[in-house]
Amino acid sequence: MSRIGVFVCHCGENISRTVDVERVAAEIGKLPGVALATDYKYMCSDPGQGLLKKAIAEHRLDGLVVAACSPRMHEKTFRNAAKAAGLNPFLCEMANIREHCSWVHEDREEATAKAIDIVRLMVERVKKDKALQPITVPITKRALVIGGGIAGIQAALDIADCGHQVLLVEREPSIGGHMAQLSETFPTLDCSQCIMTPKMVDVANHPNITLHTWSEIENVDGYIGNFQVTIRKKARSVDMDKCTGCGVCMAKCPQKKIKSTFDRGLGTRPAIYVPFPQAVPNTPVIDRENCTYFKSGKCGVCAKVCGPGAVDYDQQDELITEPVGAIVVATGFELYTINEKPKGSPIKGYGEFGHGTIPDVIDGMTFERLASASGPTGGKILRPSDGREPKQVVFVQCVGSRAREKGISYCSKVCCMYTAKHTMLYKHKVHDGQAYVFFMDARTPGKSYDEFWRRAVEEEEAVYIRGMVSRLYQKGDKIVVMGSDISVGVQVEIEADLVVLATAVQPRQGADALAQKLGISYDTYNFYSEAHAKLKPVECATAGIYLAGACQGPKDIPDTVSQASAAAAKVMTLFSRDQLEREPIVARVNERNCVACFYCKKVCPYGAVEEKEIRDRQGNLVRVVAYVNPGVCGGCGTCQATCPSKSVELEGYTDEQVMAMIEAL
Amino acid sequence: MHETKEKHDFEPKIVAFVCTWCTYAGADLAGTSRLHYPSNVRVLKFPCTGRIDPVFILRAFQRGADGVLVSGCHPGDCHYMAGNLHARRRFAAFRGLLDFVGVDLNRLQFSWVSAAEGGKWVEVVTDLTERIRAMGPMEEFKALETEECWSGELNSPELQEAYNNI
Repeated sequence: MSRIGVFVCHCGENISRTVDVERVAAEIGKLPGVALATDYKYMCSDPGQGLLKKAIAEHRLDGLVVAACSPRMHEKTFRNAAKAAGLNPFLCEMANIREHCSWVHEDREEATAKAIDIVRLMVERVKKDKALQPITVPITKRALVIGGGIAGIQAALDIADCGHQVLLVEREPSIGGHMAQLSETFPTLDCSQCIMTPKMVDVANHPNITLHTWSEIENVDGYIGNFQVTIRKKARSVDMDKCTGCGVCMAKCPQKKIKSTFDRGLGTRPAIYVPFPQAVPNTPVIDRENCTYFKSGKCGVCAKVCGPGAVDYDQQDELITEPVGAIVVATGFELYTINEKPKGSPIKGYGEFGHGTIPDVIDGMTFERLASASGPTGGKILRPSDGREPKQVVFVQCVGSRAREKGISYCSKVCCMYTAKHTMLYKHKVHDGQAYVFFMDARTPGKSYDEFWRRAVEEEEAVYIRGMVSRLYQKGDKIVVMGSDISVGVQVEIEADLVVLATAVQPRQGADALAQKLGISYDTYNFYSEAHAKLKPVECATAGIYLAGACQGPKDIPDTVSQASAAAAKVMTLFSRDQLEREPIVARVNERNCVACFYCKKVCPYGAVEEKEIRDRQGNLVRVVAYVNPGVCGGCGTCQATCPSKSVELEGYTDEQVMAMIEAL
Repeated sequence: MHETKEKHDFEPKIVAFVCTWCTYAGADLAGTSRLHYPSNVRVLKFPCTGRIDPVFILRAFQRGADGVLVSGCHPGDCHYMAGNLHARRRFAAFRGLLDFVGVDLNRLQFSWVSAAEGGKWVEVVTDLTERIRAMGPMEEFKALETEECWSGELNSPELQEAYNNI
């Protein structure tokens, strides 16, 4: 038999003005199981809470209903009061007779009748409430950061500086990412490498950071605080412990004509290489696809010239498994390239721009390499086709972005600013040159951004033409750019020496495959989804996994660094405790009834449902049932409504509790 | 200032199954904004519309509801990512079943009401109340329940005999 206490609040006059609270208390007091029903002017006040605590002791109450405001307002207050008086907080419920009753109805009779109904339903519910204990989960205080661009570097440094171990995994031979490729950065025009490379060195020297370059994530198991990550360390063919980074192997390698991906195909590199001179770690890797030794078994020059004997042709991929407690995903972006249609890309191709067949039509990142002092031209702006200095350069914005008909409707966010920067860099290097920009809108929200753009237009005299380009074609050694100027309504034709396309920022290829390994969600473009667009922009819906940088959506460097530090802060918040405590509103499986259909597993948005084997004493498999990992479960209850055998129950919202309320209608 | 309230012959009983994150908060907002709507609705709170079992709707009709409202977050806004989408699919199938067993589908309303849409909550509840009021009480299911339930009285010779044989 229950001994429930019901407390009806006047909320000053907020409730009592339209609801006859004394009558509510009197009516509810007649219900079976209600040991005490009373009213008070302000339940949430100190004396109000004191009344509640005193009543719990005096009347030996085993359930509480506070009929007052919305549980969103004061449920915590009253549950804490109950807890302080020695009652399990989950045996205290609120009946919302303010927001849902007294404030929205005027007729006193009607409102009172409705209030009685609302309280009665909650009384029936409380009778079925169970005392729940908070769930504790242990935490491995060690973080994994995936991606060694500026986002990953920032997150790793922040977490490591806080004293926690960090594993930084990068799939390229060096960390640095796109920022290492950039020439100068907007809106200050400071040299990208000058601000980037010291951070890369910090990572390499940090005692708390273990760097795994030329490595990829093979598998992720576990849940918040307790992940098991398998990392594939790809065969580098160079022993990292022995290599001194002297570079003799690279100088002596006979195969030197391989196009450098880092230089966007403008420069070349040998088959044993570091992507760029400031690489971290400064240990080369053999590109086995292009290495003569791996192709024909002959050569072996690098092994012969290597003093410390670091070259190891027999090295194999290595799989290592590491426990971590939190994961920061910072895999970044790539630019849409108009000459290839990436597998699975929604973009339909740019035939009207020559499909990338015109050598002097390049993308923004290629222009960065041209403008970079460490680039293939030593910072001179020269045409890829004939090495001539271009005197007329046309920049085209929104290639791929904001083009629904091409398959991408979002704005790539950084192109307006970097195109303005490009026009400036061009003008600084080619004083008699003229830059034209075809644009839809100039989007410059950001500190000092609009001023920067205005400088490009007003001082550096870039000609901005509002409109899109319809066609590009080669005519002699010029490229004819046909477009429209919609602000004056005329067709424009420019004979350009170089065309730079601001192509769309897209997630990395394979972003979806990684998301599936991590169990995080992604949008139609494969950008990773944050848990809440406004209030949880850093967390994934999957607990313990955080996002940083352009893998979540196009972002510039300041935003990326901010988000990376935010992700690090979230990881540090998690690591500040030894055990993770969370509300026990999670699903539990009745293993006796479960028929192992695993519909629950299919609908679970958190990947919390696992297959559990039940074995007898001899270790023989008896059967397989569903198991909900309480550390991962988000508590939505979709599994329960889906379960055909009714074998899974969401604590706090069990069928029994809901049915008790429906029966009381 | 208060309008004189119309008196009706029939006051329908309406049950609303709502999610805690969007519609419950939307209904709270209607309260804090002091909007007014008919008092016929009784709100049952769930973490997510994905938790709402169609059986609840059937049972609510049996237990005297004249109309049922199910409301959650807009598609794409689910606090649990996709619970509302599972609910949408589930209830699309369930409507067919209800129709088959002879429930007028006008008695069941699905809607999306966000935490910012206090006004929409008022609109949805008011419209539904008026619609159900015009339709009149739903007797079919209630009658069914009284038929199915044994009162506990041994009021027939057969029952008396069966009881004696236990």
